[in-house]
Amino acid sequence: MPLLDIENLTVSFPQHEGVVQAVRGVSLSVAAGESVGIVGESGSGKSVTCMAVLRLLREPPARIAADKMELAGVNMLTASRSQLSASRGRVAAMVFQDPMTAFDPVFSIGHQIVETIRAHRKVSKPEARREAANLLARVEIKTPEAILNSYPHQLSGGMLQLAMIAMALSCRPQILFADEPTTALDVTIQAQILQLIKDLQAEFGMGLIMVTHDLGVVAETVDRVVVMYGGRVMETAPVQDIFDAPAHPYTQALMASIPGRTPGKQRLVEIPGASPNPSNPPPGCPFHPRCAVAEARCAAQVPAFKAQSAARAAACWRLP
Amino acid sequence: MTPALELRNLCKTYQLRHGGGLFARHSDHPAVRDVSLILPKNQILGLVGESGSGKTTTGMMAMRLVEPSSGQILVGGHDITALGHAALKPFRRQMQVVFQDSYSALDPMMTLAQIVAEPLHIHGLGTAAEQAEQALDMLVKTGLDRSYGSRYPHELSGGQRQRVAIARALILRPAVLVADEPTSALDVSVKAQIINLLLDLQAEMGLSILFISHDLSVVRSLTDKVAVMFQGRIVEEAATETIFTDARHPYTSSLLEAIPVLNPRERRARRFMSRADIEAATPRLSGFGDSGGKPELVQIAPDHRLEAILQ
Repeated sequence: MPLLDIENLTVSFPQHEGVVQAVRGVSLSVAAGESVGIVGESGSGKSVTCMAVLRLLREPPARIAADKMELAGVNMLTASRSQLSASRGRVAAMVFQDPMTAFDPVFSIGHQIVETIRAHRKVSKPEARREAANLLARVEIKTPEAILNSYPHQLSGGMLQLAMIAMALSCRPQILFADEPTTALDVTIQAQILQLIKDLQAEFGMGLIMVTHDLGVVAETVDRVVVMYGGRVMETAPVQDIFDAPAHPYTQALMASIPGRTPGKQRLVEIPGASPNPSNPPPGCPFHPRCAVAEARCAAQVPAFKAQSAARAAACWRLP
Repeated sequence: MTPALELRNLCKTYQLRHGGGLFARHSDHPAVRDVSLILPKNQILGLVGESGSGKTTTGMMAMRLVEPSSGQILVGGHDITALGHAALKPFRRQMQVVFQDSYSALDPMMTLAQIVAEPLHIHGLGTAAEQAEQALDMLVKTGLDRSYGSRYPHELSGGQRQRVAIARALILRPAVLVADEPTSALDVSVKAQIINLLLDLQAEMGLSILFISHDLSVVRSLTDKVAVMFQGRIVEEAATETIFTDARHPYTSSLLEAIPVLNPRERRARRFMSRADIEAATPRLSGFGDSGGKPELVQIAPDHRLEAILQ
């Protein structure tokens, strides 16, 4: 049984001007210990998918529907508040892009990690604090005690992100959702944090969902890739296949447009146009207005998500 | 040939205040230290480094948007460091800037045609009708059709807003463009569009661009030459491919080391260097004189400058 099992998830936000359809029929499953990258641009629905699974969206306005949404055997669609609280942190933890807004500015880092540990387990405060110090040391923070006593504004973005990872790991989750964990950080710090997440995932035998717009991050960290566009899954495949032979025209175009792959000042292969408007998405395949190989039926009907092989699937009319 | 832009020994020191009232103490925080750079005509110079390395402050000083503590700024060979507001105005026409966050850089109450025509208006160039016409032409040149002239910034995507910001910067036909992380906030599929636009306009208009970025992959596709900043200093400068294939400074190497691989087969364990490691690994060179144990920027090849301890 997969650890995370989603079938036909839709998330929408009714607004004055119409309904924003953020996620339009996403199916996804992650096995225990597996690492999956969800790649997409802003508005592709990748973050909203994760937030919906953990029921972190305010409902209303958000409307979540799915044929199935199970996390470690718990039906997340019907779970009670107490079931949700038990799942969050212990079954699944999340690391956000902006650590500055994810921490409460009026409490010390130590206070917040201790609180998290004690919310899920019956341990004394001093014990929880010792554990917090160990966790900070585990994420390669050299002076754990000093960091525990610090307030969020006193730390750099990189240091805060490390502390947030430590907090996320404090209840030994079975799966970690990392939503653009390195986007706001400097390149050198980014590489260190990716390395750390990879090491911890292996060590804890933890599942990982890495949400990112950066194909480089995916190439560095995950086993399998899910490519999203316009609220839908375009393609899923083992990471090496995605880089060796992307099947979907969107994935192919994305790969071709990456700067800096070959030496020399040069024009890049560009994808014309802009991402679809989520409150008024184009009919048919969401990528068809920008697709170089689109046909008439691409604009008329949504292509089915079809298996290409045991491990690969894609949604494109042009694929067998 | 006279360079489009030249910075000579530029420094910027900010005063930090500790405590308050009459007994507040002040300390100096050097943001930019002794930066000398040459941007030749018709070239793109990349300025890279992490946040806090002083690259944006350097760009803003070059535009006279931040006053340098010391040093000189030359535009087309003219020293503009000490010019007052009125004397500076003709030079402002020659140098324009594009920022990372195009949303906060565009006035939400103005139409795109008004935004792009505003520099012409400020410099009193042409009649209102001519200004509007030129603005629409410029929008077309940056890839937006004329119908966009009557739209407002909030109607646009990030990539389109950045096109408007570029159109506004280039309508005066400047000699120098400072582009501060113009692609960092853009989606992957749009980033390539803006890079191509800058390359096309540079070739077409004979622009010289100071391209400030932390993204080395973008820098590789776009620039002729790269200067690397670390803690307010330039630690290495060379032709772009030299930086990518023959970097000599440990900080440059650590930046290159951090670029994500683009093939999962090439995953590897990386070695990370702390600030202290980098300082300790400052290259040592003999045959260039003696710098007394302190690092100094020297020319090690015709097109390659490196900060090293000379012994």
